[in-house]
Amino acid sequence: MTFDWQPVWLTLKLAGTTTLLLLIIGTPIAWWLARTHAWYRQALSAVVALPLVLPPTVLGFYLLIMLAPDGPVGRLTQSLGIGSLAFTFEGLVFASMLYSLPFVVQPLQNAFEALGPRPAEVAATLRASPWDRFMTVVIPLARPGFLTAAVLAFAHTVGEFGVVLMIGGNIPGETRVLSVAIYDYVETLEYDQAHLLAAGMLAFSFLVLMTLYLVNGRISRSHQP
Amino acid sequence: MNRTVQIILAILIGIAPCHAPVKAEEVMIAVAANFIDASREIAPLFEQATGHRTRISYGSTGKLYSQIEHGAPFELFLAADTQRPIKAEEEGLAVPGSRFVYAKGRLVLWSVRPGLFHNAERFLKEGAFDHLALANPKTAPYGLAAHQVMNRLGVLDGLTPKLVRGESIAQTFQFVATGNAEAGFVALAQIREWEGEAGTLWEIPPHYYAPIDQAAVLLKKGEANPAAVAYLAFLRSDTARKVIERYGYGVE
Repeated sequence: MTFDWQPVWLTLKLAGTTTLLLLIIGTPIAWWLARTHAWYRQALSAVVALPLVLPPTVLGFYLLIMLAPDGPVGRLTQSLGIGSLAFTFEGLVFASMLYSLPFVVQPLQNAFEALGPRPAEVAATLRASPWDRFMTVVIPLARPGFLTAAVLAFAHTVGEFGVVLMIGGNIPGETRVLSVAIYDYVETLEYDQAHLLAAGMLAFSFLVLMTLYLVNGRISRSHQP
Repeated sequence: MNRTVQIILAILIGIAPCHAPVKAEEVMIAVAANFIDASREIAPLFEQATGHRTRISYGSTGKLYSQIEHGAPFELFLAADTQRPIKAEEEGLAVPGSRFVYAKGRLVLWSVRPGLFHNAERFLKEGAFDHLALANPKTAPYGLAAHQVMNRLGVLDGLTPKLVRGESIAQTFQFVATGNAEAGFVALAQIREWEGEAGTLWEIPPHYYAPIDQAAVLLKKGEANPAAVAYLAFLRSDTARKVIERYGYGVE
């Protein structure tokens, strides 16, 4: 039996790309949500949290319509010359970012809120610029939040299935990620392959979560007086 | 005791015993995705004619088979090929001798865009599109037939990077109907029920692919259910055959 590594690499690539982009986009959103008193703050929080409660099929259905050549996103991407996003790796990244957004924003927002305005204010009295304050004070202090956000985004993207099944089209090397490959193997009664991938996923997920708890436990202990 | 509650209780107690001996049975049917529309039309006709009720689950033939193999409570299996029903018989999951071909499937190449191609064979050979949808050939007989067509035209290797695989023929249809795939191989029966843009259609010559003989079989779980037996018989009736033919299938 030859083992097909492609879905594994593809999944890692998808989860890695999604996590990186989400950290970049999610940090300012979380920072703003943690600091603002705007009246529409709750509405925005609710929008960010939506993927937590929506069935993936809702997201998949709307994505399919939005990404279509005559859909809003499809028209935009086509006018930009990227073509349609459905059935592409980029399309999966876009979908995964929507799907995993709350897993990045919420831990970060919690971390920023727990921090309070004090550390940044103290840094400001020492004439640190806002950028400097954020990079050298806020980010290091919110480290457990960033770690949790990154790990959850990565793991959640690896575990994504419904959305990918609906907009992916099962293309080897492009959209055939681990969860879809496992589904495929089970459907076609290739249980040996399915077992290999499924057991690998189980071990991987356990290790990721275990590491997260260990590391976060150590950080919070080292912060205790 | 509150009077309303008493009345409700009286009604419930009254209903319970006379509910049991009613002869109308329910049959659980696993139906291949290409046959969704036709089976939805047949169900009320069957219910009217026999008084029995139906509960229908849809999926690709391969997926339904693997569910049946793992103890799914289906009593009838309306597949999109003969292979899986035969396999079900061999594995002792189906009643021997109950299998027959209820429909002969027709494969088409379809796009929602009007005038996308005039000569479909040239369209496939030139491959000037981003995505071509087909059902997963491993689980869906219509996907297998699509493979055979592309093989025959000598375009399979060239088109492989552009192929998007639907989990069943229903998802494949949805990829094409939403315009996400420019064109795709779907079942003629699906086009018959489509109310949107007529688009572009190529009815593929039947000799381009191995016949899609769709077989139905009585599963062991339905052996003792009169409704299951009645449904199989109804599927052979003129009433059902007329519906099946109207959806573009051939009948034996």
